[in-house]
Amino acid sequence: MPVTRTQAVLNGERLALTRTLSQVENNTPEGNQILEELFPHTGNAHLIGVTGAPGTGKSTLVNQLAFDYRHPPEGTKPPTVAIVAIDPSSPFSGGALLGDRVRMQDLAGDPGVFVRSMASRGSLGGLASTTAGLVQVFDAAGFDIILIETVGAGQAEVEIASLAHTTIVVEAPGLGDEIQTFKAGILEIADILVVNKADKPGADNALRALRNMLSLTQPEKNVVMHHGKMMSTEEAPAGDAEPDQEWVPPVLPTTATTGDGVAELIEQIAAHQQHLKTSGGWILREQARLKNEVGNLLQEALHQRWNSSIPPADYEKVLDQVVSRQISPRRAVDKLIKGAGL
Amino acid sequence: MGNSQTKIRVLIAKAGLDGHDRGAKVVARALRDAGMEVIYTGLRQTPEMITEAALQEDVQVVGLSILSGAHMTLVPKVIKMLQKQGLTDVKLFLGGIIPDEDKSELTKLGVDGIFGPGTSTQLIIEDIRKACQ
Ligand SMILES: Nc1nc2c(ncn2[C@@H]2O[C@H](COP(=O)(O)OP(=O)(O)O)[C@@H](O)[C@H]2O)c(=O)[nH]1
Ligand SMILES: [Mg+2]
Repeated sequence: MPVTRTQAVLNGERLALTRTLSQVENNTPEGNQILEELFPHTGNAHLIGVTGAPGTGKSTLVNQLAFDYRHPPEGTKPPTVAIVAIDPSSPFSGGALLGDRVRMQDLAGDPGVFVRSMASRGSLGGLASTTAGLVQVFDAAGFDIILIETVGAGQAEVEIASLAHTTIVVEAPGLGDEIQTFKAGILEIADILVVNKADKPGADNALRALRNMLSLTQPEKNVVMHHGKMMSTEEAPAGDAEPDQEWVPPVLPTTATTGDGVAELIEQIAAHQQHLKTSGGWILREQARLKNEVGNLLQEALHQRWNSSIPPADYEKVLDQVVSRQISPRRAVDKLIKGAGL
Repeated sequence: MGNSQTKIRVLIAKAGLDGHDRGAKVVARALRDAGMEVIYTGLRQTPEMITEAALQEDVQVVGLSILSGAHMTLVPKVIKMLQKQGLTDVKLFLGGIIPDEDKSELTKLGVDGIFGPGTSTQLIIEDIRKACQ
């Protein structure tokens, strides 16, 4: 009997893997079937999100991270690394120019690395669930570390970040984007903050600015630091970590082009993983992640089902009634959902 | 949303040691504007790197830009390696300066199209679309 594609993916066959990634990305019935079969084999990888504004050096940093993971000190077995690099699709043409590989040349020829570029294509929930699907395929295929690069510009990235166990937010001096990032709420999702391009003037300022902002957004953690654990027991949900075990996001300088600071970053990533595992946070994140994914898929499926249940003419009719102010938008939704009395 | 959707995915690679990729970038942008997903890999790609990227990105099309004159050594290598990886259905297009006397040989080897300097991007888009049907 020939090996099934699912089995081939589990065996680490690259052709089967890449074809499966496409099936999942294209949301085909075959892709969904394979995902179904792969899912029991997931849950072993460490998922690391890398997000930040364009040009901060995310791809260069991901290249260096993966390279260092693959070249550990003598005597240590290097983990295998998968990379999902996501860039926006053009809203006009639907096409995309995916250039992250240009910065990842050091990984060429290493059979323990697999780099996959992905365009954001359409919608928010859609992108998040597609990314989750790709990550599950890599996880089942046995990759130890999965790096997910996204452009940090809004809600979509926050959603994708929530996929990861560890989220790294990358800043760089001279882009004037500290405030923008702050606004997008991206600082709150950071487990580790990186000021990349530490070789450039202004890096120290950026480091300082970030540390200040962090102390503003995480006052309870400062209280813990200053006055011991009694002060913030209220913040900790029952069964969660002891307050003094709370993770305070470190702010680290890196120079991705030379690799300076990347060893320290890898240490902090490992420390964060360790923290999650000992504090119970790992399980909480797994739960939140999967709940999120089910939510996204459910939303998609319901929308899909509703869409195919309503004749376009009826939809138009109700819209016309709203436009001519016969009925309110809320009443329109009511009608459309019930499908009756149009 | 929820529907299956397929996009033409194209790898654009610049092979050989010469150092500029203006033409390749123009083509990459034109293909994006035609709705394709273009994976751009940059300069100085060896046949090994091109094949590895084509596999990892699961592209239907590889567009290879060669200005160095090394096409008669590079292209057969790329074709052989693609086949070895099982990527027998990938279409291969060449851009750059390819002398007429080499063209029929390259076509025989399995090259799906050759675009000389000054080829309109519209024609390139149409040929790629046709090859992917
Ligand atoms: N000086 C300096 N330049 C860097 C560093 N990291 C990345 N770059 C450069 O910044 C530019 C954007 O890098 P890229 O990784 O593509 O950024 P991304 O858009 O965030 O993925 C490239 O020209 C890189 O060479 C760094 O640590 N120092
Ligand atoms: Mg990038």
